[in-house]
Amino acid sequence: MRQQLDARNMLCPMPVIRTQNTVETLLPGDELEIYCTDHGALNDIPAWCRINGHEVLDKSEHNGEVIITIRVGANG
Amino acid sequence: MSQQRKAVSLISGGLDSLLATRLILDQGIHVEGINFFTGFCVEGHTHAIRNKDKNKPKRNNALWVAEQLGIKLHIIDIIEEYKDIVLNPKHGYGANLNPCLDCKGFMVRKAREWMEARSFDFIITGEVVGQRPKSQRRDTMPVIAKESGANDRLLRPLCAKSLPETLPEKEGWVDRGKLKDFSGRNRKPQMALAAELGLTDYAQPAGGCCFLTDESYSHKLADLWAARGQRDYDLDDIMLLKVGRHIRPRPNFKLIVGRDNGENNFLKGYRNRFIHMHASSHTGPLVLLDGTPDSDDIQLAAELTARFGKGKEAEQVTVTIHDKSGNEKQLSVNPFKAELIPGNWYV
Repeated sequence: MRQQLDARNMLCPMPVIRTQNTVETLLPGDELEIYCTDHGALNDIPAWCRINGHEVLDKSEHNGEVIITIRVGANG
Repeated sequence: MSQQRKAVSLISGGLDSLLATRLILDQGIHVEGINFFTGFCVEGHTHAIRNKDKNKPKRNNALWVAEQLGIKLHIIDIIEEYKDIVLNPKHGYGANLNPCLDCKGFMVRKAREWMEARSFDFIITGEVVGQRPKSQRRDTMPVIAKESGANDRLLRPLCAKSLPETLPEKEGWVDRGKLKDFSGRNRKPQMALAAELGLTDYAQPAGGCCFLTDESYSHKLADLWAARGQRDYDLDDIMLLKVGRHIRPRPNFKLIVGRDNGENNFLKGYRNRFIHMHASSHTGPLVLLDGTPDSDDIQLAAELTARFGKGKEAEQVTVTIHDKSGNEKQLSVNPFKAELIPGNWYV
C-alpha cells in the first residue's frame, strides 16, 4: 500500500513527527510519500529512517516542495 | 544470565545528553532516546527560514546524536500539554518567560510515563550540577526527581558521583565508579570527555535550546497575550513570533513583515488566515495583519508596507490587499517615512 502525507508549511521537526506517527499506523513494506516545504526534511527524514530501520526510496524537489518516499522496515 | 536493563535518555541534541548516553551505553545498557518538541525549540526552526541561514547545516541535532550513538530516537509532540507549563509555572519563570524548572520536571515525568509503558528500567539526562541557574542546581535537582515521580530511577551520569546513589547504581545495573562528578558552568570536562570518547563533531552550546530564554522572543509573546487580553497561544502563534519584523502601531493589530525571500515564502503559507498585503507597483515584502484592523488601520498598514519595499522613496506606491475571504483591492499610498516610525511600535 502507498499512502501520502501532507507535511507542507511545517518546520522541522514536525514533518519527522508526522512521518513517525503515520508510520506507526502502517505495515512493514508499506510506502509513504511525504510532501514538505522545509528543506531540512531532506536530511531529517532520511536520518530518522536510518535509525529506525526504514528505507528511503526516493527524494525529489519540485517548485520549492520536497517529496520523500519511504518504505516501512521490517520492525515498522 | 542477568537481565538486559533498559534506559530511556532525554536527548536534546547537545553535547551533555550525548555524553551521558554514551557513558551508559558503554556499560552494556540498552538505551533509546526521547526528544520532546514544545514548539519553542530553537532546534530546527531557525535554520529553515531565513536566506542568511541557507548555508548552515540543515540537520536535526537530536536525530544526528541518536545516529552517532546508534540508538533509536522517539520525537514526541508535547505542544498542547506544554502550554500549562508555559502559562502556569509552579516554580515561576527565569530571566524571561522560561519556566526551566517546571519544564525539566515535566519532561522527566513524560519520560517516566514512557519508561513505565514500555517496561524500561531507568531514565538518563545530561544534567550537570550547577550548570543552569534554575533547573540544574544542587537544591533543585531533587525537586525534578521527586515531582516527576522518577525518584531514584533518574540517573544523571555526568554528575552522578556527587549525588546520592540511584537505583541503577544500588542494584549494580551500572557501575557508579565509571560515572562522572562534573559540576558548574565550565564546559572543559565535557569537551575533554568528548575527546576521550573520540567524539569531535557535536552541537556547540549557543545560548540555550529554547526560544523562551530569549528576551526579544519573550517580549513578543507577552505582547501577544496583552493584545489578545488572554494568556494563550497555538502552534501558529509561536511559529510566527519567530519570523519577520513585528510592528504594533495600534493596540488592536500588528504587522508581521517578511525580512527576506525566505521569510516571505514562509509567511505565504499563513497568508490566507490573515488580511495580507504587498506592494504591487514595486518589489516588497509580504505583510500579514494580526488582530482586528479597521479601514483606517489598513490604510496605515499599507503605508508601512510601502515603507519596507523598494518603493520607500517613491511618491506613490500601489499596495494590493487581500481580505480573509480572498477579496482583493488596491490602495495607492504615500510610503510611511522611516524616521517617523516610533521605536515602541517595534515589538
